[in-house]
Amino acid sequence: MSRAATTSPRGRTGLGLTLTAIVASVSAIAMVGLGLRDRVPQNLSIYGPLIVVGFAAVHVAIRKVARNADPVLFPTAALLSGLGLAMIFRLPARMGGRPGELAFEQATWLGLGLALVVATLIVIRDHRRLDAYTYTLGLGGLVLLLLPIVPGLGKSVNGARLWVELGPLSFQPAELGKVLIVVFLASYLSAKRELLQFGTLKVGPLRLPHPKHLGPLGVAWGASLAVLFLERDMGASLLYFAIFVVMLWVATGRAGYLVLGLVLFAAGAWLGYQAFEHVQTRIDVWLQALDPEKVPLQGYGQLAQGQFAMATGGLVGSGLGRGLPDLIPFVATDFIFAAFGEELGLLGTTGLLLVYLVLIGRGLRAAIEAQDDFGKLLAVGLTAAVGLQAFVIAGGVTRLIPLTGVTLPFVSYGGSSLVSNFIILGLLIRVSAGPWAQRRKATTDG
Amino acid sequence: MDRQIRRLGLGLLFLFLLLLGQVNYVQFIAAEEIADNPANAYRQLVAEYVVDRGDMLAKDGTTVLAMSKRSPGAFVFERRYPHGPLYAGITGYYSLYYGRTELEQTFDDYLSGDAAELLPTTFADLVLGRPKQGASIVTTIDPLVQQVATDQIADLPEGGAVAAIDPESGDIIALASNPTFDPNRLATLDPKAVREAWDELNADPENPLLSRANDELYPPGSTFKIVTASAALENGFGPDSLWPNPHELDLPLTTHGLSNFGSKTCPGGSRISLAYALQISCNVVFGGIGLELGADKMAAQAHAYGFAPDAASGDVDADIPFQEGVFPDPASFVQREPALAFSAIGQQDVAANPLQLALVAGAIANDGILMRPRLVTEVRDPQGRVVRAFPPEEATRPIDERSAARLTDMMVSVVEDGTGWRAAVPGTTVAGKTGTAQHRKGAKPHAWFVAFAPAENPEVAVAVLVLDGGSLGDDATGGELAAPIAKAVIEAGLET
Repeated sequence: MSRAATTSPRGRTGLGLTLTAIVASVSAIAMVGLGLRDRVPQNLSIYGPLIVVGFAAVHVAIRKVARNADPVLFPTAALLSGLGLAMIFRLPARMGGRPGELAFEQATWLGLGLALVVATLIVIRDHRRLDAYTYTLGLGGLVLLLLPIVPGLGKSVNGARLWVELGPLSFQPAELGKVLIVVFLASYLSAKRELLQFGTLKVGPLRLPHPKHLGPLGVAWGASLAVLFLERDMGASLLYFAIFVVMLWVATGRAGYLVLGLVLFAAGAWLGYQAFEHVQTRIDVWLQALDPEKVPLQGYGQLAQGQFAMATGGLVGSGLGRGLPDLIPFVATDFIFAAFGEELGLLGTTGLLLVYLVLIGRGLRAAIEAQDDFGKLLAVGLTAAVGLQAFVIAGGVTRLIPLTGVTLPFVSYGGSSLVSNFIILGLLIRVSAGPWAQRRKATTDG
Repeated sequence: MDRQIRRLGLGLLFLFLLLLGQVNYVQFIAAEEIADNPANAYRQLVAEYVVDRGDMLAKDGTTVLAMSKRSPGAFVFERRYPHGPLYAGITGYYSLYYGRTELEQTFDDYLSGDAAELLPTTFADLVLGRPKQGASIVTTIDPLVQQVATDQIADLPEGGAVAAIDPESGDIIALASNPTFDPNRLATLDPKAVREAWDELNADPENPLLSRANDELYPPGSTFKIVTASAALENGFGPDSLWPNPHELDLPLTTHGLSNFGSKTCPGGSRISLAYALQISCNVVFGGIGLELGADKMAAQAHAYGFAPDAASGDVDADIPFQEGVFPDPASFVQREPALAFSAIGQQDVAANPLQLALVAGAIANDGILMRPRLVTEVRDPQGRVVRAFPPEEATRPIDERSAARLTDMMVSVVEDGTGWRAAVPGTTVAGKTGTAQHRKGAKPHAWFVAFAPAENPEVAVAVLVLDGGSLGDDATGGELAAPIAKAVIEAGLET
């Protein structure tokens, strides 16, 4: 470990937390092996070093290229991804499959994700440079978002058209599109916030900006509906729209946008409900999930099995590797939260939720401490993207809200998701640290 | 903007508080209700098998009748019975696919750790993330007596059964049946092997899953004469009371009579005493006693010994399923006096099994007090602390102390000078009664022997059944076939 990594208080905090994340992740993998087969898994010798070296290297790199970075951001994300890998280590790809068949792939993506955190920090030495590419990024994001609709490219999985196939590779471009759109919105809103702030149009008690400034809101709503109607992806649609409304509200300080957003959301939801049988089914599944007669029906079992798993887990869970999360369809992606509920119990799920709260808190703190509007909005958007997505899927799995299939950030199996979330993390760390060169100079002066 | 960012933080905090509330609801508040959903059957089934089910121990506290072994590779426990078939009728089996029987069923709450008394330890298991440990139970079974009883009936061609109890406590010290089965075959976790074993055991015409000692009913034959004699003693007739001894007993309502074994006339003259009639097991005399006493008194006496009016309505409080003997209500003998006479000698409407007759012998041995048949003395939590004890309990008083003493003397002469001489044990006084029961035209009779010893201060009461006359065919009498087995069991019982 270099001296630079240990000499400042932030460095020490970061190092301590990173070590904690390493120890927790490696022990979790070892415990999964012990729980499953009564012995420390042999391939701990592959995954263990990946985690130790990977996490430590990113920590050191952050100390080098983003010296004043928030010391908590990376360790929280590292902990989530390490625990996620441990859980994926014991889950089959599909029901009836072997435990851990997804682990190697997930570990590869995790390695790539960690590399991308460092790459993001090196490429984007100053987040304000992104502000110059407003429309390029926005257009890129929109293209990525709607790419799966292109005939011949897109592929449907489980009824949602989210995937793009390029030869042997298939990925969800929307995950990356999400990041670009947040950057675009931060850039656009920081430039137009004053225009959007002052309402000239009165609709009842609401004062809204002139219709010509409302254009972007309409575009965002339209894009969200397009995702819903053309890609049949309810979760992503809801998520994009929510992120946009939140950023608009933060940028302008006008609660009217929140109200208008809710109205539009309600309208969109109603439209979706009317138009699609699968949306109606989702609602019915949500309400009737535990009806013993409906559980065996197509589409109902997943939520019920998730509930059974979490209820069986109870307070402390069965212990890692000792539950039956394999009974839940798509447990490694959408329902990994329920697997934690079963094997680590209420303590485990509470812990996970608290880790997300820490991540959210740190992300928003970076937003408040940022010196520029673009930086603030960027941090807000990225944090909201992670926090709202975690809420949507955890709420869906626990039956707080209707289930929409999105990944649990950093934890779920899925390369596109893991990689985009680590890019989000890299950007958040950059905003929290401020520009690379400038800070270095300030330190030398001090 | 910073104000909105702080509010956004509060908003997200609020959403996550909702989530925290919801996980508390699903995993704690409503957890049991959700997990009990009928659609969750598979998980519920598997949940049973992640319990480290408690052991079953013999009376000595060290011999293991049933235990749980963690099965390699998966986090489940497999039930094992270290002695194979030896204790099958007591432990029963515990099968993932076919349920459970005997003590595995009746003490399931304790063995599986679900009983309220075990909450402190199972809660600790829960908090520490250990597999839930069930409680062990200590039984009254004496391994030596059980082994001797099992060996004694092992070679009987048509099978048999033995029940032995401690008259004073009601403790069942041995309960053996031939045929029987190996419960390990049903407890294994290999579904294919279990199904094969199950199909094989159920297809077996001998029905090895049923214990001859306490599940099925047979005519008790002459052993039932101790119940008829009890009724006579309780109704004012002494051991010296004289009874007519014709060649054949004339029966009302029919031209047929009741005759003795081999159609011989009982020795001793035209009138013989109750005691002598028991000693030589004279059918004609006891048929007459039954008619003289009447259905009311006979039924009352039999029911006081635990016999039930019909096979479905017994009320003996046993620790495992027990089919009480049957003696019909008096109403069923109206206009059926011949049936009453035959019932008085243990034929026709009367049925019993070794455990029932051991209870009868035990009551006579215990000054007329019938103790509840006890099979479990205590329940111990995983740390070895006794969380529940079952003291001996008096069930009924079928006869008074004086009748019990007189009947004991009469049964001693059965062994010393009568049909039961093969049960005599050197150095101690054995009280007993033979039985040979016809049960089907053309079939060999069942041979019985019921006994207790030492007569002065009884320590063991035993009932032996040899099915279908064993190897000696039609000439078999309880004295020849069953008495030697009873002798061996008594010797084992007195040794410990």
